[in-house]
Amino acid sequence: MTKRLALIIPLLLFVTFVAVAIFGLGTDSNRPIESQMIGQAVPDFDLQGLDAQHPGLSSQDLRQGTVTLVNLFGSWCLPCRVEAPQLERLSEAGIVIHGIAIRDEGPAVTEFLTRYGDPFRRIGMDPRGRMQIELGASGVPETFLIDGTGVIRRQWIGVIREEQVDEIIAEVERLQ
Amino acid sequence: MIPELGHLALWLAAALALMQLVGGEVSLRRRDDDAALRLLVPAAIVQAALCLFAFGALIYCFAVSDFSVQLVATNSHTMKPFGYKLTGAWANHEGSMLLWVSVLAVFAAAAAYRARALGPRFRGRLIQTTGAIALGFYAYLLLSSNPFLRLDPAPVEGNGLNPLLQDPGLAFHPPLLYLGYVGLSVAFAFAVAALIERQVGPQWARAVKPWILAAWACLTAGITLGSFWAYYELGWGGWWFWDPVENASLMPWLAATALFHSASVLAQRDALRNWTILLAVAAFSFSMIGTFIVRSGLLTSVHAFAVDPERGLFLLALLGLYVGGALTLYALRAGTVSAGAGFRLLSREGALVVNNLLLSAILGVVFIGTLYPVALEGLTGERVSVGPPYFEAALVPLILPLLILMAVGPLLSWRKMNVARLKSRLLFFAAAALVVAVAIWLGGMRSVLAIAGIAIAVWLAIASLSLLRKRPSARIFGTAVAHLGAAIIAVGVSVSAAGSLERTLSLAPGETANMAGFAVRMLNVEPTAGPNYTSVMGTLDVGRGTRTYMLMPERRAFITPMQVTTETDILPLWDGNLYAVLGEGSGDGRWQVRLNWQPMIALIWIGGIIAALGGVVAIYGGRVQRRRDRRGLPA
Repeated sequence: MTKRLALIIPLLLFVTFVAVAIFGLGTDSNRPIESQMIGQAVPDFDLQGLDAQHPGLSSQDLRQGTVTLVNLFGSWCLPCRVEAPQLERLSEAGIVIHGIAIRDEGPAVTEFLTRYGDPFRRIGMDPRGRMQIELGASGVPETFLIDGTGVIRRQWIGVIREEQVDEIIAEVERLQ
Repeated sequence: MIPELGHLALWLAAALALMQLVGGEVSLRRRDDDAALRLLVPAAIVQAALCLFAFGALIYCFAVSDFSVQLVATNSHTMKPFGYKLTGAWANHEGSMLLWVSVLAVFAAAAAYRARALGPRFRGRLIQTTGAIALGFYAYLLLSSNPFLRLDPAPVEGNGLNPLLQDPGLAFHPPLLYLGYVGLSVAFAFAVAALIERQVGPQWARAVKPWILAAWACLTAGITLGSFWAYYELGWGGWWFWDPVENASLMPWLAATALFHSASVLAQRDALRNWTILLAVAAFSFSMIGTFIVRSGLLTSVHAFAVDPERGLFLLALLGLYVGGALTLYALRAGTVSAGAGFRLLSREGALVVNNLLLSAILGVVFIGTLYPVALEGLTGERVSVGPPYFEAALVPLILPLLILMAVGPLLSWRKMNVARLKSRLLFFAAAALVVAVAIWLGGMRSVLAIAGIAIAVWLAIASLSLLRKRPSARIFGTAVAHLGAAIIAVGVSVSAAGSLERTLSLAPGETANMAGFAVRMLNVEPTAGPNYTSVMGTLDVGRGTRTYMLMPERRAFITPMQVTTETDILPLWDGNLYAVLGEGSGDGRWQVRLNWQPMIALIWIGGIIAALGGVVAIYGGRVQRRRDRRGLPA
């Protein structure tokens, strides 16, 4: 009897595959993949800072009761330059923005900030891009909205556009 | 006229395939096997000729840019270089499916002509089965993917070709992959015929093995070339991305690898009967599943073929018919096949069983990783992507023991082993591997995994080379070469994984950056023009020690269709590749440049080609062996 059963297993596996395939054919495959981390607490991390004005960033800094934005950027990333004025406006509106410099080097980041503006309170240096995986980001730039208890509430994939600024300000005020 | 003739040839070929299926059944039932063969063998051969004619007709349409044929109009262009016009014939869905059936028909004809060893009745069943397989794919081609559809009125100019496909790598890697994929259909037909005729045994295994090896060698070479193409054309700097389309080619390869190893056990020891049959069914099934995954758009992929759910359903129906049918036959009949002989663990057959278990586990990991996202979305609506971290974490613990075993297996003899002699040889290999491990540790490498990988590769390489002492038979020679290829791949993978460095810079002309011992200076970025594209080309001056080199990465903008591709430039040095990709410009004179230093990475492709050659040598070895058997001489 067990032998008989063993002979049917390949057929059963194949039937499962066909069922999955029929499901799969019906779904649209072009949606961007959102981070699995939304609604969850920020994972523990502790990144080195850039310089005296920009101390490092750790998960502890995100649990201090203020709503914060965390922006993943890189001096090598050209879209990040396009995004800089919008971050500037957000920071002028009083929102706390921390940066995480992905696969970058100190002098290059400093030059980037002098050239394109510096909206960041803290900057964590992430030379190996580890935080991208920890936060579930798929590229640079990406921005995460984190509430006062350190829970990730929203994610913006790609450049923050001008028309999104007011929406983000409203969202931060709502959570505050 | 020519397109109509091609179209007609396809219908005639389909009719012959139908006759192989139905006529074969009628005459085989009458128990007049010779009469059946008089019908079936010519049918299979003429069918292949018709199919090749149709394929030739399609190539002709592309060669003369006959835009009244819809396929040519959508995929070609008068401005395209002539060679790429020809390769354009199969660089699209319909054309590649025509290539698929052509390869299928040619393999089937060769099998029909050659497979005499198992008697006329078996040969008849085999041809009948290949006819049945071909019939379904003719139906698919003629009913839902007709390559010869006409347009009226004909457009004056075509719609170009995916510029990514304008590449010599692409002229060769899909046809080679198809030879591999479709070559496995012969093994599938052998298995089905064996189940129907209850003829599973050593004779069967010896007859099917060269077909498996031929398909395996093509598949190995095709995957290797595909990996190389992705490396230098897609511009991501990696050699394997765990992309669904790559996995689709890896799965039949894994099954085929397991298959010819287990077929050896069956041939020598008359063991593993059911398992070998199941693998023979599985190998081609994974080829078809791969084709289905790629062509139906079930999974998104960089390969981004034209996708059409209706075609997906058609392919799925074919898949259900063939794979479902074969597995049902297996479930019904395999119980009646006697199990064959048992064996000891410490023997060649014991090692091959462990090899099969490991390969099956690897296959399972790849299969689950590829389909898990689809299954999860179907069940819960959640979207995930499964990437390299999963595959690496799951596969490394399986691949390292497999590599260790690959060194030991060929040294074992069938049935029983002289343990003392084996021990002393293995100790010698282990000592050599240890010496190398210590040497690279002292040389500054600190990645434990990479050191383990290299040491195991050395162990495997020495063991494989030791097979070559004392004038080995051509078959053992093939094993040694193929295993040596695997060792070389393992070195390339370990060293490049541990030592690769990547930097993305934004440079203005005149600026210099340092990386991995190279001083890279951006000289300029200038526009250039090609036959059907315009491009910007960066010139980088790369210095190491006293020598300087030039790297000229490019961004090409194709006109029809509008598409930008990155043309990486690679500096191949003896100890690795420096790889440069030109990114976007900022508008203020700076350009994004990604540099990637990958030590020893070329060994991956060199090893792949060596492994494929090992397969070819083993086919030759098998022929020598069979000729000896026929003359009654010992091996």
